[in-house]
Amino acid sequence: MFRDAALMAGKDLRVELRSKVTLQQVAPFAVLMLILFGVALDPDRGVLTRASSGLFWVAVLFCALLAIQRAFTIEAVDGGRDALRLSGLDPAGIFLGKAAAIGVQLIGLEVVLALGVVVMYGAEVTGWPLLVATCAAATVGLAAAGTLYGVLAAGLRVRETLLPILLLPVLAPVLIGATKAFEAALGGASADGWPWCGLLVIFGLLYVAAGTLAFGPLLEES
Amino acid sequence: MTLPAAPVRLGGVFGASVALADPMEPVVHLRGAVTLLGRFPALAGIDLDVTAGEIVLLRGPNGAGKTTLLRLCAGLLPITRGQARVLGQDLGDRRSARNVRRRVGYLGHAAGLYDDLTVADNVRFWGRALGAPSCDLEDAMAACGLSGRLGDMRVATLSAGQRRRASLACLLVRRPEVWLLDEPHAGLDHEGRDLLDGLIEQAVSDGATVILSSHELDRAESLAHRTVHIAGGTTDAGEGRTPTVEVSALVP
Repeated sequence: MFRDAALMAGKDLRVELRSKVTLQQVAPFAVLMLILFGVALDPDRGVLTRASSGLFWVAVLFCALLAIQRAFTIEAVDGGRDALRLSGLDPAGIFLGKAAAIGVQLIGLEVVLALGVVVMYGAEVTGWPLLVATCAAATVGLAAAGTLYGVLAAGLRVRETLLPILLLPVLAPVLIGATKAFEAALGGASADGWPWCGLLVIFGLLYVAAGTLAFGPLLEES
Repeated sequence: MTLPAAPVRLGGVFGASVALADPMEPVVHLRGAVTLLGRFPALAGIDLDVTAGEIVLLRGPNGAGKTTLLRLCAGLLPITRGQARVLGQDLGDRRSARNVRRRVGYLGHAAGLYDDLTVADNVRFWGRALGAPSCDLEDAMAACGLSGRLGDMRVATLSAGQRRRASLACLLVRRPEVWLLDEPHAGLDHEGRDLLDGLIEQAVSDGATVILSSHELDRAESLAHRTVHIAGGTTDAGEGRTPTVEVSALVP
């Protein structure tokens, strides 16, 4: 399973490196969102600094949707899903590999967005360990849930519009937990953030387990 | 039915050999096989036996059920009614169907390639998925005329014929025991078609079994040992005949 996951993740990341979609389209989109939030809310940074945690995670959520759509579009364009079913790869390995590739992309985007909120919104990091742990836990949850719902929507003609409708409500706990933990890491008391980080870890583990079990049947039915 | 620990192997020099518990058992055995696409019986009670080492041409008009038959044999479509065994495995059982997939090579209308990767990347990925050694990857690409510069080109930049060759290389590297080829000559130039025919003959001489559908009838009929006519989702229906099975009787 882990060999298949490594093979799948390597392939997906190689596709992204060659196509540069994340670098040239999703990352600029993320920065653009931060700029638009800034323009819409408060140019003098007062509101922006206070809202930076929530805005950061909303931006991550939208970027995650793009990354997930992309991860399944590359399988859909040329009979890739049939090829995957014939490949002999363990479905759990495919799930873990695709989730890992999405996770790596999200980590990169989170670094870009974190720099953005520090530079543009004047956010100040006071709890680095909490910040890093929150990013890691939330990314696992986003990638795992996204991969699971991504394959669910993959076989449908309306997948581009259906995926956000299915996925965003599911990811609400990640948004809430990560925002609360980030607020504690950005100028608050770190101790207040760790329980929220724990919630994110539980969410991530649940979706990794669910995805490992359910991805195979969903790949068959999609 | 599961394979024994030491199955009888027939040939296998090039990597395409059939392993069956009972060497007398047909590689493909269909009896009254029905497959629904939605509520439409794309296969409406088909009978077919294919023995090891045979090349069987499926012939019939568009919509006759040739692609559905090949996809059923690949374990990609479920059987609704009847009996379907491929390589000794019952396709009615999902686990067995998944086992079959590892042992067959299916070349369909879609190439199954990643446009942003090079030909070599694609062949390497699909080969490694089944644990193929790196020498097999090189052999497969060389056999399909994809060595050198072509191997380093992104699939998105290839012509239709070159894409077909790349798909064929991905199939070769799997060392399939059964080749299921849906219009394999489509998109290939004369040289490519000769190459494909040569590979099919080589695979069969190594013990593989081939089922193909093609509208290149002269070429395919000279290649095939036997031609099976399909119409209306059955092997014995006349051309243009509609399915004889009542849909209401098939839908659970």
